[in-house]
Amino acid sequence: MKKEEVPQDKGLLETAQTKELTYAVDENGEYTTELSSGWDPKTIALSNAIKDIEERVANAKERVQKNETSPIEYYMELHKMDLPILSSYVGLWQWRVKRHFKPKNFQKLNQKTLQKYADVFDISIEELKHIS
Amino acid sequence: MQIEFTHKQSAHCENGVVSNLMRHNGFEVSEPMVFGIGSGLLFCYIPFLKVNHAPVVTYRAMPRFIFNRFAKRVGIKIKREKFSNPESAKARLDENLKKNNPVGLQVGVYNLLYFPDEYRFHFNAHNLVVYGKENDNYLISDPVMEQVTTLTEKQLEKVRFAKGAFAPKGHIYYPTEFPEKLELKSAIIKGIKQTCREMTAPFPIVGTNGIKTISKLIRKWPKKKGAKVANHYLGQVVRMQEEIGTGGGGFRYIYAAFLQEASQILDNENLKELSKEMTQIGDDWRDFAVNASRIYKNRSAQDDAYNKVADQLEAIANSEAAFFKKLKKAI
Repeated sequence: MKKEEVPQDKGLLETAQTKELTYAVDENGEYTTELSSGWDPKTIALSNAIKDIEERVANAKERVQKNETSPIEYYMELHKMDLPILSSYVGLWQWRVKRHFKPKNFQKLNQKTLQKYADVFDISIEELKHIS
Repeated sequence: MQIEFTHKQSAHCENGVVSNLMRHNGFEVSEPMVFGIGSGLLFCYIPFLKVNHAPVVTYRAMPRFIFNRFAKRVGIKIKREKFSNPESAKARLDENLKKNNPVGLQVGVYNLLYFPDEYRFHFNAHNLVVYGKENDNYLISDPVMEQVTTLTEKQLEKVRFAKGAFAPKGHIYYPTEFPEKLELKSAIIKGIKQTCREMTAPFPIVGTNGIKTISKLIRKWPKKKGAKVANHYLGQVVRMQEEIGTGGGGFRYIYAAFLQEASQILDNENLKELSKEMTQIGDDWRDFAVNASRIYKNRSAQDDAYNKVADQLEAIANSEAAFFKKLKKAI
């Protein structure tokens, strides 16, 4: 890649007021560095990944409202987590976390366990029980 | 308390931390040099693991490996520590800052508030330098950011004790012993040899064979997984290749820069030519990304488009296989 070809597309780093460093060749064929504000091929990939997460969150929310899953799954998706990550944060086996996805089991959870989940998601137990 | 520390932006976090810590201790070593000597370049497909619900490929060596290899090869010593409780992790950090010693930390990205939301995933192998503390704020030099920044005690504790795969567990590290002069020449040769060995390894998931494996998988994705999932997978491959940290083209440009610098130090003209060739391979990776993005931009999944990008990857695998054979002979 030549220095003048380093892409300067509109990217998602703008909000953090930073650019990323790329390596490119100058007019004498020597390697140098150049800042890049963004590149469409990867910005599209990242935006698609974000949209994918948003869909997962919306889908989980719908299933909580239909009483098909517990709010834990909704908050898990909201925090971009999956089962292994959530289980590691909350300090419970994956199969136990999975059980807590079932509304019936969720209802029976004691305060201590609920507090664990609430702490992970940085919310109150009340918010954990009733998603907005 | 603030340590006199020069923040220099780099493409990749680990190289940048090492390069900046070395400069602080009086040794000017560029980011590409750290990457090349530490045999950072790689391609690996990690089966059975999914991140963000998509398969994982990596274009570089495992976290920690680059610095460890670099240290061993140039003759410096590093101290590393992990902690089970946050208090002792904080105490050790403060202790070092009091001794005017800036340190490297491994952190999780999800709670790193100065990153844009879009970039905050559960990725635990990020690295930064802490170079001081003012009241409740730690002074942070994050090599991928243009400017230095700060984090409160609580914010820093959260990222140091992020959970999930590669959990940092408060991981702190810094160089402790230095030789009078760095052994660059022998270190470069060792670094290149290992990269050649790994890139041409006879396993189906590593090096150029790994690229071929991914190429084969890509051909199958649209039929096996459907358009939506196939596009998501392909997007993740491109993100791993191009997202912050790779310097473009899945680290291939950084490696080309390393070869160019190495050709001067070793006085080896061949390496200069090979550097140009690596730049061309980097351009091929960029072309692959452009074509892949056309597929997931339109959210379609025509088989022939997938076959086309798979062909491109296969061609890259072949040119890299030829390249690393030549590189091995050149040193």
